[in-house]
Amino acid sequence: MAKTPMAVTFPKKTPAPVKTVTVSGPARDFSTQSYIPEVIRGVSVSMQHFFSNWKDMLRGERPDPVTQRLDRGITTISYPEQKRPYPERFRGLHRLTVRDNGDPRCVACLCCSTACPAQCIYIEAGEYPEGDPRRGHERFPVKFVIDELRCIFCGYCVEACPCDAIRMDTGVHPVPYDSRDQFIYKKDLLMSFADRSGDRRDHNPRHEAGDPTHPGLDREHKH
Amino acid sequence: MTGKEVLFTVLKVAIMIGFTLNLGGLLTWADRRQSSMIQDRIGPNRAVIKIGKFELRVWGLLHTAADGVKFFFKEDFMPPRADRVLFSIAPMLAVASVLAMLAVVPFGDTLCIAQWKDVVPRSGVCSSDPASGAYAIELMIAPLAAGILYVFAVAGQGIIAAAMAGASSDNKFSLMGGLRAASQMVSYEVTLGLSLIAAMMLYGTVRLDVMVQWQAEHAWGIFAQPIAFVLFFAASVAESKRIPFDLPEAESELVSGYFTEYSGMKFGMFYLAEYMEVVTSSLLIVTIFLGGWALPFIHRDGVTVALGDHLLFHKDLPHALVIGLGVLGFFGKVVVTCLLQTFVRWSLPRFRYDQLMRLGWRILLPASLANIFVTGVVWLALENAGEGVAGSVKIAADVTQFVVALTVPLVVLRLIVGYFTPTSRGTWLVGSSATMAAGQGGTKASPMQA
Repeated sequence: MAKTPMAVTFPKKTPAPVKTVTVSGPARDFSTQSYIPEVIRGVSVSMQHFFSNWKDMLRGERPDPVTQRLDRGITTISYPEQKRPYPERFRGLHRLTVRDNGDPRCVACLCCSTACPAQCIYIEAGEYPEGDPRRGHERFPVKFVIDELRCIFCGYCVEACPCDAIRMDTGVHPVPYDSRDQFIYKKDLLMSFADRSGDRRDHNPRHEAGDPTHPGLDREHKH
Repeated sequence: MTGKEVLFTVLKVAIMIGFTLNLGGLLTWADRRQSSMIQDRIGPNRAVIKIGKFELRVWGLLHTAADGVKFFFKEDFMPPRADRVLFSIAPMLAVASVLAMLAVVPFGDTLCIAQWKDVVPRSGVCSSDPASGAYAIELMIAPLAAGILYVFAVAGQGIIAAAMAGASSDNKFSLMGGLRAASQMVSYEVTLGLSLIAAMMLYGTVRLDVMVQWQAEHAWGIFAQPIAFVLFFAASVAESKRIPFDLPEAESELVSGYFTEYSGMKFGMFYLAEYMEVVTSSLLIVTIFLGGWALPFIHRDGVTVALGDHLLFHKDLPHALVIGLGVLGFFGKVVVTCLLQTFVRWSLPRFRYDQLMRLGWRILLPASLANIFVTGVVWLALENAGEGVAGSVKIAADVTQFVVALTVPLVVLRLIVGYFTPTSRGTWLVGSSATMAAGQGGTKASPMQA
């Protein structure tokens, strides 16, 4: 007796009810079909915008393009003359912070260039001359070069810096130039930038070697 | 034709053509700035003349001048296989047909030069007697008896210009645009003419100046023939080939239609002709339906406020003042009508071609025919109804004068009140930049790039 295959009937799934949304268009009644009332309504909307915008232009009362941007009216920012305020923690062009005497805070530890995923930072470290109180504690950058064209503005260099020497708080967005070598920012240029309040220094205190407040070991390895 | 007549004709031509060309040029500016205001943008305002440190911008008006300069200095390209003659004639024909229309449009009442200080009688024209110095100037370029028929004859040339440009360009888009222009304008020319038949029946004339006189004595055409006004307005927008009837140059379908291949000043002529067509159609609308140079209550002898047979107020005005007010009123009405056309242009989307044809042939045309019949029946009924009805019709006509005389100041008052009403604004501090800007007293107060 031939084995008949077991009759398996899979329960047929009842199809899920199709989710339909009935979109109602404009009613096809006399007022829309005769076209003229709708034309008048459309023109009146245009006129409302027109007159209220003229009023704003004439009185100089256009809505603030950022804080009142959802308001009715012209919220255009005319770019080169006006600029959108950048957020507080906007990562703009780099700057090298300076000490009180104008030296860079950078100690040429190469943390930033190591952390940089785009490898756009080049640092050449130099030793302070014999007899300088900083010699033996830190070095200084002879060259500090950032290729702003390679930079991806990730901010890792700022995170990596142990001395708060490199910051991206200038609030200036990367500038478009017409040749590549103009994007190579060198030490002096980077040190000339200031933060948004115009300060080239940094607000975290720096304790120089030899200062009484210096927390580390001194040259004689005594506390 | 005496030397004086020639001089005055040249003056009249200068006024009309100067007005039309300048308003056409200004409309290109108005079109841009008005559209930007409607769409909450600033609009083009960068064209500048620098005199030392002083920068002259005049709200972007210089863009029009810059356009003109550009038209002149751009290469005048002609497709190698284009029909050279037709290709060159078409833009001239487009401009000529628009400008020729101005000849029969009256922009003021008949001016009696000798009596400019006096009060002239309300009816009757001043005698033109060169010997005594009395001299009547009709303030229209050519007092043709054909009047509106001449307008239709000349406006028909615009179709030929568009069709010529499309056919001679050796470009498929141009050809399509020319075809569309021809069929559209022929279709709407029918409505344009038929909608006016009813008005002509009422006015009893085809002369535009007599039409205006009728409106000055009775009621404006928009009240006497409201349906004809709507039909004529729609048809004349279609004739000027502007949105929502801009299928001949639909840029999303046909590049720019029948003048795709045109460049330089030839394109400029088509461009300007389009805007001047807005002006001329406004001139016609104002002349036929908005009373032309007629202002409410102002007649040749001065201000007369009357309701039916009751005289409420009368003051004599010198002839020159009456005529001057009329001319100013006429040009003011034309400017307002042009702006209104621009509002319509920026409010409505373009029709589909079948919708265009259906609107033209199945709605506007039967409506204009029905309007003719209804006008005829009502007119006959009123004619034979007797004294009482005629009196109330006269009162109704005077009421329309009151309506106009009250509406216009009310609209102006509303605009002034609106201007001085302070705007209340809401603040949405979304994101840290907005918070920062708000902390600095708003984006405008902050140094922006801060």
